[in-house]
Amino acid sequence: MFVELNNLLNTTPDRAEQGKLTLLCDAKTDGSFLVHHFLSFYLKANCKVCFVALFQSFSHYNIVGQKLGVNLTVARERGQLVFLEGLKSAVDVFFQTQEEPHPLQFLREANAGNLKPLFEFVREALKPVDGGEARWTYPVLLVDDLSVLLSLGVGAVAVLDFIHYCRATVCWELKGNMVILVHDSGDVEDEENNILLNGVSHQSHLILRAEGLATGFCRDVHGQLRILWRRPSQPTAQRDQSLTYQYKIQDKSVSFFAKGMSPAVL
Amino acid sequence: VTLSEGARAGTGRELGMLDSLLSLGGLVLLRDSVEWEGRSLLKALVKKSALCGEQVHILGCEVSEEEFREGFDSDINNRLVYHDFFRDPLNWSKTEEALPGGPLGALRAICKRTDPGPVTIALDSLSWLLLHLPCTTLCQALHAVSHQDSCPGDSSPVGKVSVLGLLHEELHGPGPVGALSSLAQTEVTLGGTKGQASAHILCRRPRQRPTDQTQWFSILPDFSLDLQEGPSVESQPCSDPHIPPVDPTTHLTFNLHLSKKEREARDSLILPFQFSSEKQQALLRPRPGQATSHIFYEPDAYDDLDQEDPDDDLDI
Repeated sequence: MFVELNNLLNTTPDRAEQGKLTLLCDAKTDGSFLVHHFLSFYLKANCKVCFVALFQSFSHYNIVGQKLGVNLTVARERGQLVFLEGLKSAVDVFFQTQEEPHPLQFLREANAGNLKPLFEFVREALKPVDGGEARWTYPVLLVDDLSVLLSLGVGAVAVLDFIHYCRATVCWELKGNMVILVHDSGDVEDEENNILLNGVSHQSHLILRAEGLATGFCRDVHGQLRILWRRPSQPTAQRDQSLTYQYKIQDKSVSFFAKGMSPAVL
Repeated sequence: VTLSEGARAGTGRELGMLDSLLSLGGLVLLRDSVEWEGRSLLKALVKKSALCGEQVHILGCEVSEEEFREGFDSDINNRLVYHDFFRDPLNWSKTEEALPGGPLGALRAICKRTDPGPVTIALDSLSWLLLHLPCTTLCQALHAVSHQDSCPGDSSPVGKVSVLGLLHEELHGPGPVGALSSLAQTEVTLGGTKGQASAHILCRRPRQRPTDQTQWFSILPDFSLDLQEGPSVESQPCSDPHIPPVDPTTHLTFNLHLSKKEREARDSLILPFQFSSEKQQALLRPRPGQATSHIFYEPDAYDDLDQEDPDDDLDI
């Protein structure tokens, strides 16, 4: 996890808020560093993490995780991490004989209906184990990324329903957190992605938006991060809840600075 | 006197527009966006209805009952009836707990009530309903609900029905939003500038011209509405009348001004391509003593003077 990002969000692994949905979105840049941040953050917070990884392979996340100080293999073995590797298990849908529907069952259907099997996989993974003392603090669902589901033919409303049910179970019932990544293609014509992005935005408590610089690529400033806090439990008189920072990604950390204040420029 | 009190003492009729949204009845559309969310305003209006003694029904599709009731004190919460479509709206758990008929069924059931008092129905949210139901069905249901009190021939007098619908503007195309907008008696669009929320209220009263007004407001922690004047005036730059405007043409190294003689000479100048009558005469008049022109040619050493004309054989 990136300590500077924790400072910006005013949170640490041991005193993070619960019951919150965080939306990560990236436009014209790669926002996956945020996914790696939250994965290592919640593993360090001793949470039970269900990671629906549709974009990259397990070894990719493991390699980056090791740079950030977490070992995904060990976490998976001791039951802290439930990992759905989309790229590998998509093949199992066709070759595995199963009794109950596979989480990615929608790949077999001609017109992709709903994501109920995927939701049930998540619910099964995160449900509290009764008997024995609670080993983990609270459950966390991490999804990388939701736009892949649109590309696989699932409708935007079906994906929103999946997020709704996950929110009802993970955030409300189990008092856990959710972190979802959605790409913003910036294409006005892509209605489904816009509905998905706006729909999840309206449901989120915190939106982290990584954007490429308007002026193009830069060696010292890789992009801009906009932080928007929404849905406070108490309406505040002052609605000053949006911040913007620029960042540079290094090998094991990300440094943040105010706009125009990159160390390379000063 | 706080700023809001002073404002209320001022133009009372205009500032009360946000207050009197519910008194008109019918469908009130609350249009919000990701940056300016509308649920706080919805809750503030719900609180206002409850305090007026109305019965308030909430069709909750987006947030849990606990979250919606949070911030209300117990006497308001006793008046709220929450119809829960958050936990299992699509009946994925296959239990018998699902409310029959879905949200529209619940809506019609509320309207079939027997007691004649005024009722406020809050739809949280209309966007969820619009994404899951056909637009025509939803519009017909809303029309039936909000115009119920005006249908004749009914023996029992039915009280006024107000419907508050929360609509997330970015999720829908202009067609459905336009349809809902035409059904609505009042439309409130949320926006604002840095740190200060505003509501643009468009009110369509029957047999009157639509009125619109922008109201700055904030919601207090107990969900009561605080109407405000507007963003602070100091943020707007004002020109100081004591400082004279600066003339940029002074202190230049080149001359931008013309003297009187120069100006006259410039005005009397004929432009080269302007065809005036003098020019026409000059062209028509044959020039005196014009001899045929000569070309004097000194051939170089390398020039090849071939007397034979290559075009000689052309028969034109």
